[in-house]
Amino acid sequence: MSTATAPRPAAPVAEPPKPPKPPRRKRAKRPIESDGVFAPTVMTRIGLAFVAVLSIFPLYWMIVIASRVSSDASGFPPALLPGGNLGEHIQEALTNPEANLLLGLRNSLIITGTVTFSVVLLSTLAGFAFAKLRFRGSKILMATVLFSMMVPLQQLGVVPLYMVMVELEWLDTLQAVILPFLINGFGIFMMRQYVDQAIPDEIIEAARIDGATTFGIWWRIVLPALRPAMVVLGLLTFMLNWNEFLWPFMVLSEQNPTIQLAIRQISTATWAADLSMIFTGTLISIIPIAILFVVFGRQIVHGIMEGSGK
Amino acid sequence: MTTRNAAPRLTLRERLNRADVKITPYALVSPYFILFALFGVFPMAYTLYASLHEWKLGNAERTFVGLDNYEFLLTTYDRFNWSVVNTLGMFIMATVPQIVCAMMVANALNKRLRRPMMWRMLILAPIVTSVVAVGVIFARIWGAEYGMVNGALELIGIDGIDWQTGRLSSWLAISSMVDWRWMGYNSLIFLAAMQTIPRNLYEAATVDGATPRQQFWKITIPQLKPVLIFTVFVSSVGGMTLFVEPMMFGSGRLNGGADGQFQTTAMVLVDILRTHGNYGISAAAGWLLFAVIGIVAAINFLVVNRIQGNK
Repeated sequence: MSTATAPRPAAPVAEPPKPPKPPRRKRAKRPIESDGVFAPTVMTRIGLAFVAVLSIFPLYWMIVIASRVSSDASGFPPALLPGGNLGEHIQEALTNPEANLLLGLRNSLIITGTVTFSVVLLSTLAGFAFAKLRFRGSKILMATVLFSMMVPLQQLGVVPLYMVMVELEWLDTLQAVILPFLINGFGIFMMRQYVDQAIPDEIIEAARIDGATTFGIWWRIVLPALRPAMVVLGLLTFMLNWNEFLWPFMVLSEQNPTIQLAIRQISTATWAADLSMIFTGTLISIIPIAILFVVFGRQIVHGIMEGSGK
Repeated sequence: MTTRNAAPRLTLRERLNRADVKITPYALVSPYFILFALFGVFPMAYTLYASLHEWKLGNAERTFVGLDNYEFLLTTYDRFNWSVVNTLGMFIMATVPQIVCAMMVANALNKRLRRPMMWRMLILAPIVTSVVAVGVIFARIWGAEYGMVNGALELIGIDGIDWQTGRLSSWLAISSMVDWRWMGYNSLIFLAAMQTIPRNLYEAATVDGATPRQQFWKITIPQLKPVLIFTVFVSSVGGMTLFVEPMMFGSGRLNGGADGQFQTTAMVLVDILRTHGNYGISAAAGWLLFAVIGIVAAINFLVVNRIQGNK
């Protein structure tokens, strides 16, 4: 196949944000050694290019179909170049009263924004406490946090949580979707690791001697040092919650959806049998995350790689 | 420390200080435990209670029925047992190729490439897509009449397949969604672990005349054991709670095809709760699913441990 030499599709995610000249790249500085293992062969490059094309293609194809008419999606080979209808389709999708896309976007922004802010803030507080403060039971409490990360509470808890929401008459309200997600074990774990590495004990001792309160230490020393980690945690949390489906599906109605619920509605509704409309809606739902990915891709990659290394 | 046996009278400032050191840590970690108790522990315990009762939505009446709900799911309600089979099948079909591919991609990314960040971002790009969007796009790619896969098959003279109707064919289509979205993410996790392997291991092996392939199997794979266990665990939980992909593949419905051929256990649970409003039975389904996840995770742990030991 000629996939390796094919021009890279101009998907919104294809460009790295900055020219790659990272100052601290250990590998580049080292003298050439054990080249046999680490030198890329032609097959390495072809294989990677093939995987990259597979990664991008469905996204690219979605844009192609969203910008053309539906009938172009059928047959083989499929249409591969964007058409000229994208702007028109986006306008149509956003203004269609049955599609609820604007409401979905608004709800998703409120929910995801609130949850992200809260997760980042509360995680720095708890992570700081677990990393640097001595208090009775801290080991057991941290073990509880780690253990809770492993339990798939969402599936098990969905029944009673739903019952609780029925009792509280919170069905179809945004707080029902926000409250259970305001903090999670992963955020605490990540912040604890980062505080541990980034802040020496001596600085905190010194601040204490100078009369700083615990809260003051958090505000003046911990928070500024944690900024890079907060960006990463914020990005990962935002992506995760923007894409959340099951719980909003349980408690929200079709009249008050998140963007993901709105996409499901569009893709199943009979009035929207028009494929290019469905793909336009789907494209709209991806745009916020795609922008984040293009702007902060480097941090997201680092966040995923660092979060796992420990 | 110094205040322990010091002056009997403490100033207000000192007392506040002491309280600050002693109590504030609990205040800082309390939000998590309050929310965890409310939305984690309590629901779990309550699910156990509900699963032992006949209890329907909008009905205050509840009667204790012991294990009847569990018995109903395991012996009478065929869809439940089939859903466990479906979920397991899709989990295996999605996870095994995914981990093998992710390992190969990570190995390639670990070489001395130009523009490493560009490659990583390209490989990771599918993660921007929500699961719903993946479902929307892939349901069309695997479509029976106009789908791209069938189009390609017809080109080489094979009649189009109705991917939705068969059990294995629908599993294949759904697995492709999971693989596409998560493969890049897992490659980056493996890559991070590969970068922590000391380079001198490879240098020594090269001096001893080991080929790159031998070095991959004898050095890289054994060193990746912890991260492999981690990834398999996360994939087990994610795979056994599969919900959105099969639902979107079945046009957004919860029945998983006409005969439930791709209905997962999570879909059965939600269907019983939302469509039939039956708290008791869906709670029992939740606990059974939890048990299955535990068993699968344990088996996977043993398997990964074994394979590593032999190599």
